[in-house]
Amino acid sequence: MAQEVALPLQLEEELPERGRRWRRLAHTAHRHPLGVFGVFCVSLLFFCGIFAQVDIFGVSLSIVPYDPLAINRETDVLGTLAAEVDAEDKQLTVVGSSLELGSSFDLETERITVTRLVSEIGDTHTVAVARGSSPTAHAEGVPLKHEAALALAEPSFSHPFGTDHLARDVFSRTIFGARISLLIGLVAVLTGVSTGAMLGVISGYFGKIIDTIIQRGVDILLAFPAVVLLLAIITVVGDEDSAVRRFLASSTPLPDRDFVGIPNFLDVFIVALAIGLAVGVFTTRVVRGAVLSIKENVYVDAARSMGASDARIMWRHIFPNVVALVVILGSVLLPVAILAEATISFLGIGVPLPTPSWGADLSDEKSRTLMLEGYWWPVFFPGFALSLIVLGFNMVGDAFRDLSDPRLRGSGLGGGGRGGGGGGSPL
Amino acid sequence: MRDYIVRRLLLLPVIILGVTLMTFLAYRIIPGNAADLTCGIDRDPQCKEKVEELYGLDRAWYVQYGDWLLDAAQGDLGTSLLYRTAVTTELERRIPVTLELLVLTIIIALGIGLPIGILSAIRPSTPADWLSRFMSVLFLSVPSFYLGILMITFGLLWFGWTPPQFGRGYVPFYDDPWINIQQFFFPSLVLALGESAVLMRLTRSSMLEVLRNDYIRTAWAKGLRERSVVWRHALKNAIIPIITVIGLQIGGLLGGAVIIESLYNLNGTGKYVLESILRRDIFVVQTLTMLFAVSYVGANLAVDIAYAWFDPRIRYA
Repeated sequence: MAQEVALPLQLEEELPERGRRWRRLAHTAHRHPLGVFGVFCVSLLFFCGIFAQVDIFGVSLSIVPYDPLAINRETDVLGTLAAEVDAEDKQLTVVGSSLELGSSFDLETERITVTRLVSEIGDTHTVAVARGSSPTAHAEGVPLKHEAALALAEPSFSHPFGTDHLARDVFSRTIFGARISLLIGLVAVLTGVSTGAMLGVISGYFGKIIDTIIQRGVDILLAFPAVVLLLAIITVVGDEDSAVRRFLASSTPLPDRDFVGIPNFLDVFIVALAIGLAVGVFTTRVVRGAVLSIKENVYVDAARSMGASDARIMWRHIFPNVVALVVILGSVLLPVAILAEATISFLGIGVPLPTPSWGADLSDEKSRTLMLEGYWWPVFFPGFALSLIVLGFNMVGDAFRDLSDPRLRGSGLGGGGRGGGGGGSPL
Repeated sequence: MRDYIVRRLLLLPVIILGVTLMTFLAYRIIPGNAADLTCGIDRDPQCKEKVEELYGLDRAWYVQYGDWLLDAAQGDLGTSLLYRTAVTTELERRIPVTLELLVLTIIIALGIGLPIGILSAIRPSTPADWLSRFMSVLFLSVPSFYLGILMITFGLLWFGWTPPQFGRGYVPFYDDPWINIQQFFFPSLVLALGESAVLMRLTRSSMLEVLRNDYIRTAWAKGLRERSVVWRHALKNAIIPIITVIGLQIGGLLGGAVIIESLYNLNGTGKYVLESILRRDIFVVQTLTMLFAVSYVGANLAVDIAYAWFDPRIRYA
């Protein structure tokens, strides 16, 4: 859908020479700075989503400075144990320590978390600790290696968005979240829009009983609030023992665990399919409406009189006429799908937690509690990224609408991602 | 018109049956039923048997469903498997909360969206217009739960302010209107901002459309004041699509209520449905989805009727 169609008439005359597309483009861009900003945001999403971590043809490329999942592996020596410890000890006496409450470290093979400061004499600290269950090292004078020394570090040069309570780099998680969002958005829109368009064409073309059945089904699904529908589907389908899940795990090449760097890939995929269903329901209704008027065209009658089969008429004569509509629907529904994923993950049902999804990061109980104590960055940045992406899509949509029909400027017709209701307006 | 309403009302039972049956069957598919959750992790078979018998979970699915349906028709919506309370008593307590949240949300959304949309339409391509359009796209994009989190956090960090519902239960409006409004204002505001963006855009485009009409030019030519032209001649015609959209948004708002109620700890139906879905409390989920579906269809019907009432030219076939 080219820009040249879209320019308002009086503008056409101001343009320098014809045929200089890039100049027109620059001109358009100049007139729609917000649209340019939107294009920038959307490109950022695609860039981050694709290049967050690429492992292809033996080349490993990553724009993520740290592993978004792993608890940070940078170690610090925090001090030396003053005395021998064994499995039952709940108190450690440490010389020259800089242990903070809540921080954890390794004592040989065991993970130990500092819960309380018991006493402090000179530079010798005695701390109460919570211990893991593994058999303990008997250690004397072992330096304590502190893995989580960087937990809840403020945004700084080495960690631009700071680190969260597990010392994961928030910047890396935020960038990586783009991949989850993009994947879910694309899978949901591709599956949903294609099946929805197919059902819509069938429903609109055949009419009568087939139409009634499909449309009543759509009525029922539309009567659920989208969020509730998604929650219900995902709890049912995503369950460990559900038939759909077992089928996806065993009979399809979908990996259960890691894939393209995404842990719990199957769960993520199921979330995408559920959102795809909601997208499909909406698409069915819209496409069916368009087909109802398209099938009244003379060329459809002509094709039928020449003996074309129903399938041929639908595929060759009706479908090409809804393709543009379907493409537009897809682009409008992409941010809605991304937002839907974040919403249900926020409610704790979508993408499971270690996976760096923006919505799930916002829902992390511990991060939210810490946020109220002033550690705002682990929650702030993923949410900011989410808002920015949706804003970008909306701005592109607005600019595009301005270009295609200046009369409708800012009208909001045609939608775009909808943040307020949390489900997206069409859904 | 009457035929149309009757046809829409006839759709209602289909939707109720479809929605409840779908929920019911979906939850039959999950192997772990509520008895497992009640009896704990060890899944003591005796306890399980007892619970299943108590709630009739051991019968065939169609018997269970039919039974529930019959009871529901008589006003008994079943018992929450988890809280062991009647669903109707829970609903009596929770529906007012959600209702107040939604009503206040719509009021606030209209209060923000309408004036700004009108202003932006009567002063197109001025800084006021640009600002309002930017605001609308911004409000449209920031998810409500994120906005809510930011408000709670920075309200506390910068102003030492906590939403008044924390630490205190729901105070009904008739008991103490002031505290009640305080409790609901911020959740509603968060939910309303996104809604107001939709209304803002719609008001603007709808007003622009109407302001181009001949009768508006006539009104100007008669020498009417701007206030009169805008509010009495233009807005009356521009408001019709706005009403439709409010009706269409009810579904989205109910979804928003699920989010906002759990974020702000309001014990309404939204939080109830989330909890019940998580705990597989099947009768509650069934009842609530039915309730949501009925209010959605009802709201749309009401909108259609209002539409015809506002604009007598509209006829439904």
